[in-house]
Amino acid sequence: MESIQALQNEIIEDFSFLPQWEERYAYLIELGQKMEPLIEEYKTEENIVRGCQSTVWLHRECIEGKVHLLADSDSLIVKGLAALLLKVFSGQPAEDVLAADLSFFAETGMDQHLSSQRANGLMAMIEQIKAFAAKCAANEP
Amino acid sequence: MAIDIQKIRSDFPILHSEVNGHPLTYLDNAATTQKPQSVIEAITQYYTTYNSNIHRAAHHLSSLATEAHESGRRTVQRYINAEHEHEIIFTRGTTESINLVAFAFGEAFVNPGDEVIVTQMDHHSNFVPWQMMCERRQAHFRVIPFDENGELQLEVYENLLSEKTRIVAFNHVSNSLGTVNPAKKMIDMAHKVGAAVLVDAAQSVQHIAHDVRALDADFYAFSGHKMYGPTGIGVLYGKERWLDAMPPYQSGGEMIDLVTAEKTTYNKLPFKFEAGTPNIVGPIGLAAAIDYLNTLSFEDIQAHEDQLLAYGRERLLEIEGLRIYGNAKEQSSILAFNIEGIHHYDLGTLLDTQGVAVRTGHHCTQPIMAALGIDGTVRASLALYNSMQDIDALVTAIRKALKMLGR
Ligand SMILES: Cc1ncc(COP(=O)(O)O)c(C=O)c1O
Repeated sequence: MESIQALQNEIIEDFSFLPQWEERYAYLIELGQKMEPLIEEYKTEENIVRGCQSTVWLHRECIEGKVHLLADSDSLIVKGLAALLLKVFSGQPAEDVLAADLSFFAETGMDQHLSSQRANGLMAMIEQIKAFAAKCAANEP
Repeated sequence: MAIDIQKIRSDFPILHSEVNGHPLTYLDNAATTQKPQSVIEAITQYYTTYNSNIHRAAHHLSSLATEAHESGRRTVQRYINAEHEHEIIFTRGTTESINLVAFAFGEAFVNPGDEVIVTQMDHHSNFVPWQMMCERRQAHFRVIPFDENGELQLEVYENLLSEKTRIVAFNHVSNSLGTVNPAKKMIDMAHKVGAAVLVDAAQSVQHIAHDVRALDADFYAFSGHKMYGPTGIGVLYGKERWLDAMPPYQSGGEMIDLVTAEKTTYNKLPFKFEAGTPNIVGPIGLAAAIDYLNTLSFEDIQAHEDQLLAYGRERLLEIEGLRIYGNAKEQSSILAFNIEGIHHYDLGTLLDTQGVAVRTGHHCTQPIMAALGIDGTVRASLALYNSMQDIDALVTAIRKALKMLGR
């Protein structure tokens, strides 16, 4: 499996081909549309990420020290953002997830474009993933 | 005479800017309005030529600043037709105005077992302060529901009213549905049982009639920033006899008369409710905004906005699967909607990339969203400088967004 950094670089490269935000959103929407919907039994109250305008579910599993993630949202754009996070983090060793600096947000300009919109819940998703990685790394259930 | 929309647009510098490579279409006026050049200049002039603290010093600049600040109070008084200048209290905004009344009226007049009535369509700012006051005073919190058109159920209101009702609070215009509530009728009903009424005029004072004496409102609250004035300044109007009988809300400088270790006596109205150095320039900017509105005829403004609203509804309803929330007989300035199968956040985001500013979400009215069984809407809200072209730009941008979202 590629490293978190390598995966981030891929995203940065993908975005560099899409200078306009309109194109970027089209890309995110496409990612959202392609992502498998979460099975109903994972759409629990517990898996809902708070702090978003849309409903976001994040299913987390810790298997042999690795973080495994599934996600869904009723917003296609948010689902696309979740797809990016899953691409970077899911299947990675918990320590790596914890240590990762998310350079791709700054390098693609996503942090600036999206940060004003607390609504998308991106930061809330990252916080949850990191918090889960900490537990997973510490071998807590 | 119809208003000259090109002339008006030229008075608002920000309307000529670009957003995301597109000319700005600003349709988030219920959140805050843009400011005309005259307001910007009044503020700049204050800071460049006569900035000074007020009501205290004997020097020249202070008297200029005091006069301009207090003249702002008189401009507001005339704008809402209050009887006395000292019935105008400056606050940070609608939210603070309501908190002031919820606290001070509660302390003075609300006792265990009493009742307070609000509506299901009130902004959190006109909901939570009353709920907190009821908890503090052990009073009962009652809520008037609205029907499927977004109109308040007045027969329920009638039944809720009793000699136990101390105060009723409702918005004149709903920020999420655009409903114009029958304020005069609701106030008269409350007065029959001896209850006071607070009108949240945050979304009405800039759009529809705003005469506190014609309404016979006991309290009337609004924000400068939603009526073409600056942020950080708001107004609480209160009838003198209520304000006199209420204790101060905050304490400190300005609000005192005599201070000794044994006892402090309070300043007279309005200063009793204006502790500390106020937002000095706020009323100056707000007065400039009112002066600006006064250069136009209010009938013309209303006719223009009503025409835009009707046009907006018609154009939006051409879009397949689009549903408008708020279909009261009397509506003002708000177009709230959803499109089947499309999340409001996605639509709002894609409108933004096309330079169209709207708001999405629950608009600080979660009880409304709960009643409608949704978690949010897209809301386009109008101001006097909006044009038919803005509506067309909105509709064009929605169609493009729908394509991007696979519709
Ligand atoms: C109906 C209504 N009431 C109260 C408020 C609160 O106003 P402010 O945030 O300026 O205090 C708003 C603002 O959104 C509103 O629309």
